Amino acid sequence: MDNTFHPLFYGFHFYLFGLIAIASAILFVTRKSPVAAALWLINVMFCLAALYVMLDAQFIGAIQVLVYAGAIMVVFLFVVMLLNLGQPDDLADIRGTGPRLAAGAVGLAILAEVMVLARSRIPGGYVPGAATQLPVPPADGAGGVIAPVAGPLFREHLLAFELTSILLLAAIVGAVVIGKKQGPADAR
Amino acid sequence: MLAESLALSAVLFTIGVVGVLTRRNAIILFMCVELMLNAVNLSFVALSKLYGATGQVFVIFVMTVAAAEAAVGLAIIIAIFRHRQTVHLDDINLLKG
Repeated sequence: MDNTFHPLFYGFHFYLFGLIAIASAILFVTRKSPVAAALWLINVMFCLAALYVMLDAQFIGAIQVLVYAGAIMVVFLFVVMLLNLGQPDDLADIRGTGPRLAAGAVGLAILAEVMVLARSRIPGGYVPGAATQLPVPPADGAGGVIAPVAGPLFREHLLAFELTSILLLAAIVGAVVIGKKQGPADAR
Repeated sequence: MLAESLALSAVLFTIGVVGVLTRRNAIILFMCVELMLNAVNLSFVALSKLYGATGQVFVIFVMTVAAAEAAVGLAIIIAIFRHRQTVHLDDINLLKG
């Protein structure tokens, strides 16, 4: 198997998936039908999963597909279809010209601000020896692709990991309590 | 590819913000928030290539919180829809004063 790194090939696919992600995101925001919007958002998530794999985060790419595109978006689509949205009178939910212009101005301001921050701080402030931890080892290392993520997750961040389970439990209980059908016995 | 990743992350985040500001459908608003979380995840992953795998651990936590948020938020939307028969935010103005 040829394992040599081809910068042109890599760059081409990086820009390809990036442009598809941006185009899908724009289509997602501008679609009127919630189902079409959700499907375009799933397309964005698949492109981001490809970019994660290209950035040496294979495990994150896998759970991006499984958890985000596979579970969370299915819940969104399920709710859209459960509530029977997408009727013609429901579709006109994009705001008028004034709010659209205001949103465009806010978006341009945020984009300019983030771009300036990204260009001025991150690459300029990076000193090669200043990294506190070793970079992610390549995928063919001893522990595979999961060990670099699992190590910090179960050592330095073990408390946060355990607290996450409490968060999920609270979310489950909250969703059940809120979504419970109120019968005639406990109707207010 | 770090600069390109951060730029793409900024663009996706901005598209999410514009979506939140321009849409009235509560479910699409939630999906725009998910898009913003995804953009932040991309910058975490891009920076983890430079500073170690802690960024990827953060992405896992962000995904967990996003899943919990989606579950509770959609339950709230269903409860509102059951009362008001709508998910349009202009029609849900009880707290507007």
